[in-house]
Amino acid sequence: MKYVKQFAIIALMTFLGECLNLLLPLPVPASIYGMILLFLSLQTGILKLSQIEETADLLLAVMPIFFISPTVSLMSSIGVIKDSLVGVLVICLLSTIIVMAVTGLVSQAIIRHDKKKKEVQE
Amino acid sequence: MNEFLLNSTYFGIVLSLLCYWIALKISEKVKSTLMNPLLVSSAIIIAVLLIFKVDYKTFDKGASYLTYFLNPATVCLAVPLYRQFNVLKPNLKAILLGILSGCVACMIVIVGLAAVFALSPEITASLLPKSITTAIAIGLSEEIGGISSVTVACVIITGIFGACIASTVFKIFRIEEPVAQGLATGTSAHAIGTSRALELGEVQAAMSSLAICVTGIMTVIIAPIVVGIIS
Repeated sequence: MKYVKQFAIIALMTFLGECLNLLLPLPVPASIYGMILLFLSLQTGILKLSQIEETADLLLAVMPIFFISPTVSLMSSIGVIKDSLVGVLVICLLSTIIVMAVTGLVSQAIIRHDKKKKEVQE
Repeated sequence: MNEFLLNSTYFGIVLSLLCYWIALKISEKVKSTLMNPLLVSSAIIIAVLLIFKVDYKTFDKGASYLTYFLNPATVCLAVPLYRQFNVLKPNLKAILLGILSGCVACMIVIVGLAAVFALSPEITASLLPKSITTAIAIGLSEEIGGISSVTVACVIITGIFGACIASTVFKIFRIEEPVAQGLATGTSAHAIGTSRALELGEVQAAMSSLAICVTGIMTVIIAPIVVGIIS
């Protein structure tokens, strides 16, 4: 019966996330509120990882399945982007390269800077 | 065919699960980033629906029940975040600043290029969440006035492309630190990128999945501000 208890806890966090989404005037998706609530509950020790672990891992493992319907809906929405298809594709590809380079270079610079500082101190 | 299936709930569920299972088998045999199970299964389903002249709505009647699990699954992303949190403390500054600069760069590039291509506000809003994991991207896209199916398409194109070019980008820009490589893949190409990071190494994979969560949260905060500025 551990799955019932585990899924009940996860469902409760999801529900509380929905409540926050309805109550607070911020454009934050309900799932993000839920995620933050669950993280804080784990971090503060209100919840133990073992109380949700198996069900959480199962949900994460099969997560792509939950995206199938939105992806297939492309067949009915392709008309919407038909006129801007080239622009959309160029933006997707270019921005991916730029984000990858920027994040990689910035974090690498900080890591190497910190490493040098440590060496000097030692 | 469409009329016959119109009253069936399990048609969409069975088709989704079967096609995903087949796609998993294919991706096990053919080791290629293009053989992404989500991409392959969706392509098979679209082909089936077109061949048998079944409407998307008929399929979605059942398949949408699977999508209801998206929110609890996203909530569960807190679990990897929690598991890796203590290990990642020493690199906190690099993680936060690296991801933040990536998110900001992403918004600037998208808004700039959207102006160049004269894209409509709806399409631009749909593009803004393209670097974050689909679950969060769908929610955010709806919040900022985008079209969620366009967002999903952009997220998937981005993920697959990012996974394909990661090694090349690291070589060109000399990104050699494992932590930096992981953050770069997760920030730019979310979960699909993380599946590639898994092949690069354990540190890369851990950093990449952390970056999925942090990028998601940062984009959720930044994107509405950007939409406010451009509209």
